[in-house]
Amino acid sequence: MSESDITLKSGRADWLGGELPYAIPSKKLGMWLFIVSDSITFGAVLVCYAYLRLASPNWPTPFRLSSIVNGAIMTFVLLSSSVTMVAAVEAAKHGRIAASVRWLSATMLGGVVFDILHIREWLGLIHEGLRLYQNPWGSSLFGAAFFTLTGLHMTHVTVGVIYLGIVAIGFRRGKFTSDDVEISGLYWHFVDLVWMFVFPLVYLLSARMH
Amino acid sequence: MHDTSDQAAVHHHAPPKGFLWTHVFSLDHKVIGKQYYFLSLAAVVIGMVLSWIMRFHLAWAAAAIPGLQHLSQVGAPGGIITPEYYLSLLTLHGTLMVFFVLTTAPQAGFGNYFLPIQIGAEDMAFPRLNMLSFWVTFVGFVTLVSTLFISDGPPISGWTAYAPLSALGNDAGPGLGRGQILWVISIGIFCIGSLLGALNFIATTLDLRCKGMTLARMPYTVWAWFITAVLGLLAFAVLLPACVLLVLDHVGGTSFFIPGGLVLSDKLQPHSGGSTLLWQHMFWFFGHPEVYIAIIPGIGITSHILASTARKPLLGGSRVLVGCMVAIAFLSFTVWGHHMFISGMNPFSSLLFSVPTLIITIPASIISLNWIATVFGARLRFHTPGLFAIGFISVFVTGGLSGFFLAQPSLDIYLHATYFVVGHFHMVMGVAAIFGMFAGTYFWFPKMFGRMMNETMGKIHFWVTFIGVYCIFMPMHYIGLAGNVRRYSAFVDDYLIPLIPVHKFITIAAFVTGAAQLLFLFNLFWSMYRGKKAEENPWDSTTLEWTIPSPPPFDNFGGRHPIVYHDPYELGVEGAKGDYVMQDSPEKLAQS
Repeated sequence: MSESDITLKSGRADWLGGELPYAIPSKKLGMWLFIVSDSITFGAVLVCYAYLRLASPNWPTPFRLSSIVNGAIMTFVLLSSSVTMVAAVEAAKHGRIAASVRWLSATMLGGVVFDILHIREWLGLIHEGLRLYQNPWGSSLFGAAFFTLTGLHMTHVTVGVIYLGIVAIGFRRGKFTSDDVEISGLYWHFVDLVWMFVFPLVYLLSARMH
Repeated sequence: MHDTSDQAAVHHHAPPKGFLWTHVFSLDHKVIGKQYYFLSLAAVVIGMVLSWIMRFHLAWAAAAIPGLQHLSQVGAPGGIITPEYYLSLLTLHGTLMVFFVLTTAPQAGFGNYFLPIQIGAEDMAFPRLNMLSFWVTFVGFVTLVSTLFISDGPPISGWTAYAPLSALGNDAGPGLGRGQILWVISIGIFCIGSLLGALNFIATTLDLRCKGMTLARMPYTVWAWFITAVLGLLAFAVLLPACVLLVLDHVGGTSFFIPGGLVLSDKLQPHSGGSTLLWQHMFWFFGHPEVYIAIIPGIGITSHILASTARKPLLGGSRVLVGCMVAIAFLSFTVWGHHMFISGMNPFSSLLFSVPTLIITIPASIISLNWIATVFGARLRFHTPGLFAIGFISVFVTGGLSGFFLAQPSLDIYLHATYFVVGHFHMVMGVAAIFGMFAGTYFWFPKMFGRMMNETMGKIHFWVTFIGVYCIFMPMHYIGLAGNVRRYSAFVDDYLIPLIPVHKFITIAAFVTGAAQLLFLFNLFWSMYRGKKAEENPWDSTTLEWTIPSPPPFDNFGGRHPIVYHDPYELGVEGAKGDYVMQDSPEKLAQS
């Protein structure tokens, strides 16, 4: 069958099959759809946080300057890891496999540092008496909402580090293509973006004011 | 630059070998579609038996059901179910039916089997993910049914699991401890399976269409499954975290959904600060789109079969139908509060939710009128799938009409906790969606199993079911208006006693209708082995599933790459061979 046989009634040959809308391969589309769905999940938890906070008369604001500084460093680390991720994708697209793997490792390192700083932050708060079900400052829901929201995000970072590790190994061995690196990059940037909502909503808005 | 290695819609996997890989852990979308279908069949049988037990108890509250004491010694001592156990069975009935039947069979069952074939693809975009979604759903099903066999039975909090009842554990009532936790885990798992499935459906529809299959040429069913998948991708993403929060309220000591100062079983609960409304908001933000997740595939299947039955496409082609389905899908995210008119929301919110609820009736009415206008003056072919498609229109309109009443907060305040609502949602969501499944089963059975279902048994099944469901659910509207409350296990109040004969009538109707479903089950399995051999295209239909052998070969098109030249429903065409033109026929149509 030649292309000219496929004219529609309207006389246009506008879908030849096998081509991909906007040149997005299925795997990448799958990741985008996952991101859409996951952002709704985070959105639901964030709205839940806001709802409970507005409904509570005694919402605590426990974060000292040290916590805010720590959070700012975490933010900086995570944002930097997005930059290294961009470099990894760029290197992969140009076929520089070793460089790409190095950048991926740097990205993973950023994720691990973020997790360590975050867990240190958690331990400090737990030491001060913050629990899932109670805290010394006010509404018991603060701990529940705080641990759920940041825990959900921390899980995403941890899963991301493992995911990037698998992609890095597979890419070096030639099992994965540069597209797979790019797709893992989408996930990583998304996790960063979520933190851009979590940090101001949870930390900055609950900073101790005196 | 883009990598082109996986751009073409090529084969992802070779034919499997051995029983285990062919029938159990298969990557083939057709096998997975059947697995989903039979999972739903198992769920619907359990759900139906539960409804018989409940209906029997509602009509003859003092009579024992022999053998029931073996299911639960505490819940049904001597075969007479306790009020608590009635609620346990109610929960299990609702959860099974909504999640594992209405959400599973029309979308994941038929969709998996026919979406790739109808767009000319060899499989789904992600076959491995597809298998994973089925097995995840299966684990969810087993988890849910296992609540029947733990000591205090399934939870008593209903399929909506309203907090704080669902969040407080054993102190609040039977089944609310382990039973409720199992319920939440089951639904959480189900969410994951549905999200994976939705993602797969969307990617498949966008990427794997064959040559010439433009969006405008996709069959109604493909559009319906696609729109439903988008709804699922967004809606289940909210139910999943809601389930996580509810589990935390049980095992983490949190109080997301539990207000302070609750005293239960003479104990002051340690929780404080939570909001019961928050659960309802999260649940119904999922729950209302869920209603359309259940019904839109039915709308698609009905339209698909109706075109073949009436020998013409719907009025306005797919444009009107798809436009209306998209409008319904969009609006479905704006109306969740109409389930909460009597939950203690701000009354102004009720008004806000009432308006889009009334607006959503417009696209639904356009679809219904479109069907009726299509049938009007058509030379109908009254085969069983066609009858069920027409039956779908009837029950969809009947059930939808009572929705107009319930959409108004002032009326809903009176009607909400009565059987009026039970009649309404069973008719429009339950019966209509099930009619869609029956229509799909009779229509596609020849393709799926290579044999025809028995027409005589099919017609008896249709007429008994059609009249039966009206006998069951119309009186419910009436007793609801008379003030008959729902969720009660027996009616002993003075003003309800005169309504007992109506309940007896409903119960008898339910048993008769149920007997017809046994006939359907017999027909299904009998025809699988003894039915007449099916031809390639028994219904003179035009879409791609009818261009391949029945049952289809492993790769659907036998290595051929179909090319589509025509709109999906070129039926009743004059001058064509027969009266129709297949989608992939190179035959030129006389220009009108």
